[in-house]
Amino acid sequence: MISAFIHKFSSPKSFVKITKTLYPFLIFIGLSMLIVGWVWGLLFAPQDAVQGNSYRIIFLHVPAVIYAELIYFFMALCALMHLVWRVKLAAYLIKSAAPIGAMITFIGLFSGSVWGIPTWGTWWQWDARITSTLILFIMYLGILTLHGSFSNLEKSDRLMSILVVIGVVNIPIIKKSVDWWSTLHQPASISVSGGSSIDPSMLYPLLISIIGLGFTLISLGILSSRSYILGREKNKKWVSEYV
Amino acid sequence: MLQARKNRLWKFFIILFMSAGGILLILFSLNSKLDLFFTPSEMLKADIKPGYRIKLGGMVKSGSIIRDGTKIKFIATDFVKEVPVIFDGIPPDLFKEDSGVVVLGYFLDGMFEAEEIFAKHDENYMPPELSIEAAEI
Repeated sequence: MISAFIHKFSSPKSFVKITKTLYPFLIFIGLSMLIVGWVWGLLFAPQDAVQGNSYRIIFLHVPAVIYAELIYFFMALCALMHLVWRVKLAAYLIKSAAPIGAMITFIGLFSGSVWGIPTWGTWWQWDARITSTLILFIMYLGILTLHGSFSNLEKSDRLMSILVVIGVVNIPIIKKSVDWWSTLHQPASISVSGGSSIDPSMLYPLLISIIGLGFTLISLGILSSRSYILGREKNKKWVSEYV
Repeated sequence: MLQARKNRLWKFFIILFMSAGGILLILFSLNSKLDLFFTPSEMLKADIKPGYRIKLGGMVKSGSIIRDGTKIKFIATDFVKEVPVIFDGIPPDLFKEDSGVVVLGYFLDGMFEAEEIFAKHDENYMPPELSIEAAEI
């Protein structure tokens, strides 16, 4: 049952076709929500009582690091599909998601540093949260490097998936690092169960920017995976018919 | 499920558990070495040698900041033990009383000489008007 379901939706051909129709809607929702969230957050949300205006980097930093972790988790699910069900599309998606993950992790680290200078008085400390996020960034680069180092692409895909699975342990570590060890980084302000220690006047624009960035990144992922799939399968008949 | 697929699923979980197990072993053996700082109680118990550069973290005790030119004296506390800290320089904006602080420096004769001060921010974000109301309550 599971296998039939997986194989139905895992053909690169149908992925390329479905995403082509979905893409305009996703990018429209994503960019408009991102603009609303950022304009609201940067111009209209009140100042923070302690940090003044410098807290506003939260509207970039928090969405960025959320997706830095979620993209990796998505890649790990793809690795499961690829290693167990031999779904080729899953490997293509890992390969296309990794550069986006690396980019967004870098944005998260960089924006955190920019915020750290005025608030903490330092742009870098080797605390558990910051270090584990740096490891995540290196994992993304390592995955891409590994995939690029073999001439046999099938082998590259397989090894890349295994590396993704090995690295997924880091995700819960990043999440719990601020609770397990003493860090300079503050504990979580928003929890999945619904609690928040951010005032609603700042929380709403933050949530909108989080959702907006999500749709924007999915659209980016569609763009990069479509071109990668067409390149990878260029000798297949359906590609020459499609292009 | 196909037998071959079942085997691959097993292999997947073996990779996952081996990697998780290995990393957890490393984390458990490092455990408190991954902490960024000592709390005052931990530092006093650990008997730090003079000349050993460490980080101490805690709350700035309320009413304890004394400024003299660029010199700052305050008491770092974890509400159990207290350590007096002296620092010469410019602290970050968020350095204030009843707020988290991390200092890097040396513990000598019951006094912590800080080379650098970092302010720790808590997880609360609120506009100034609300923060005044909260303080009044």
